[in-house]
Amino acid sequence: MSAASKSTTLPGAEPGKVLLEVRDLVTSFRTDRGLLRAVDAVSFDVPAQSTVGIVGESGSGKSVTSLSIMRLIPTPPGNIEGGSVKLEGRDLLKLPEKEMRKVRGNEISMIFQEPMTSLNPVYTVGAQIVEAIRIHQKRGRADAWARAVEMLRLVGIPSPEQRAKAYPHELSGGMRQRVMIAMALACEPKLLIADEPTTALDVTIQAQVLELLRKLQRLLGMSVILITHDLGVVAEFADRIVVMYAGRVVEEGAVDEVFRAPKHPYTEGLLRSLPKIGTSADERTRPRRLPTIEGMVPDLRELPTGCRFQERCGYVIDKCREVEPELLPVPGEAGITAGGVPRRSRCHRASEVGT
Amino acid sequence: MSAPIDARTSRPTMETGTAPPSVKPARGPLPPAGEEVVVRAESISKYFPVEEGWFRGAKKELRAVDGVSLDVHAGETVGLVGESGCGKSTFGRVLLRLLDPTYGRLWFEGNDITLLSQRDLRPLRRRMQIIFQDPYSSLNPRMSVRQIVGEALQIHGLAKNAKDEEQIVGRLLARVGMRADAMTRYPHEFSGGQRQRIGIARALAVMEKGQGGFIVCDEPISALDVSIQAQIVNLLQDLQEELGLSYLFISHDLKIVEYVSHRVAVMYLGRVVELAPARQLYRHRRHPYTRALLSAIPVPDPARRTLRVLLEGDVPSPIDPPKACPFHPRCPKFKKGHCDVETPELRELEPGHFAACHYPEES
Repeated sequence: MSAASKSTTLPGAEPGKVLLEVRDLVTSFRTDRGLLRAVDAVSFDVPAQSTVGIVGESGSGKSVTSLSIMRLIPTPPGNIEGGSVKLEGRDLLKLPEKEMRKVRGNEISMIFQEPMTSLNPVYTVGAQIVEAIRIHQKRGRADAWARAVEMLRLVGIPSPEQRAKAYPHELSGGMRQRVMIAMALACEPKLLIADEPTTALDVTIQAQVLELLRKLQRLLGMSVILITHDLGVVAEFADRIVVMYAGRVVEEGAVDEVFRAPKHPYTEGLLRSLPKIGTSADERTRPRRLPTIEGMVPDLRELPTGCRFQERCGYVIDKCREVEPELLPVPGEAGITAGGVPRRSRCHRASEVGT
Repeated sequence: MSAPIDARTSRPTMETGTAPPSVKPARGPLPPAGEEVVVRAESISKYFPVEEGWFRGAKKELRAVDGVSLDVHAGETVGLVGESGCGKSTFGRVLLRLLDPTYGRLWFEGNDITLLSQRDLRPLRRRMQIIFQDPYSSLNPRMSVRQIVGEALQIHGLAKNAKDEEQIVGRLLARVGMRADAMTRYPHEFSGGQRQRIGIARALAVMEKGQGGFIVCDEPISALDVSIQAQIVNLLQDLQEELGLSYLFISHDLKIVEYVSHRVAVMYLGRVVELAPARQLYRHRRHPYTRALLSAIPVPDPARRTLRVLLEGDVPSPIDPPKACPFHPRCPKFKKGHCDVETPELRELEPGHFAACHYPEES
């Protein structure tokens, strides 16, 4: 798959235009042991018709970011403290809840890791897709049902007329995820947020689902935010990547750039700790050691002064323990790489990383 | 049933006892001198009864494992990969007699343990351990780490007194990279990676230095974050070298399996469809299923996007598996009248490289 085949260029569309603009988003949770800022001043753009991969480990804030965009943070204990989330210029954080409901599922849709917990077990999948359609569109029952069947066909479910009458438990994991995708895309949203969409699936099914998402993205001309911990999925599917660590964006850039030359020690460590296919040791020699990132993610309630990655970082200097670095353009790259993608890193020694 | 694979035992490889009956002549490269077979599975099958229908009570069988043979040598890691429901976890549990095989024979350190009672198995259990995917659900939340690890010592009577036990637990925790003050804490206070370390400490607790041992690692890192996975993998490799352990490393993550394993077996619907040295398998995959499986892995390198063999459909049900070759309904090389009629046996295509396919890929 060439890089070109990933991007979508529909006639008449304006690629490069920013669809979603997230600025200084702060989301916190009240806990027994104090306030926890799961997302701390996160900013990034999602251009029209492109895919942005958000990667990070558990607790990095990647899922909370997406739930904040959808305004699905349970309040209390959660609270979106500040920042803005602009969809084509409209700040979603300022919309009345009634207006927001028209955005969800219609302009922005979401699919989750575990389709079984997102589907209602007592309704047929067809009925659930019909419900999603009729909330947002003035369609009659029969019309909406026809549309549901059409969506099931589009996502590659064999004999969709019959499958629409099936209950979720009658379908396999891969089929359920396809149903979720059909439901999410029934209203042709501008933006799809896919939160670990293939993590629960086997690799052969994962490949099918990713291929399907790619096809549909091209067909519908939508943007995708892909949230995952799997760097392989990001490398294949995303145009740009946002790396999160302990509630902060630590690096961003075009996928090819970041994978070729990471400019944050955390990204570098992540990439190095991945075993690569076809590099195994000889049959009888001891396999080599994987490079690791020692230590663990810090507790968000007891963050150190300075950089949040300092405890695990091989590049650490005194300054890192005193001043938290800002997310700045990578030195020597003028902050923008080919295609106008920002290239930034949150590290005092960014210029030395990966060299 | 497929033929015994990797039967290289016409030589006296077993530590004690005689070579098992029905051993095939040596095939493939002989392991280096002194290498013993620790675990031998001979045509192991495990069927589970399934109730079909509400009223008839008609009995059907789910063939979770269907005639799998495998040797694991001292100090060796055999990787076992396959999609969910292929029977890899069931097979791992049968090897430890945590489940009893429906058919087949099982050998541990040269002893036939197929029919051994659980009581007689107990002394062997010191060298037969398992590590689970989710250490949270396999650690008792009401027990402190000290109690969790100490319990294993008590069952086998390995500590002279409470003080001795505490010392041993402290040493074990240090060995898996944890501080001694972890002892008084409870599982929920730890992260996934640390809990996995506790699980490893528990498995090691009863092992004796110099005696070797066999650990089934059932998806030991699948629930962990990427940066933590490498830590656990390295720990397992250090322990293997230090204690001469053998692993059956079960995982759906083919990248990690290639990395840790000496040999890799690929399972599909209860059968081994390919078995080869790790490097060989990943470079010269011969079974179409292995090829599809490997090509489905997303490569973390945008410059190396590869052409993909996309498989159609899902894995069929092991209750009613396809006739003959279990892979034929999804196989790109399917030949009607052959693949759906005659079951391909696992045969040696090159020294040490086995595949069960009528039309294997070119090497």
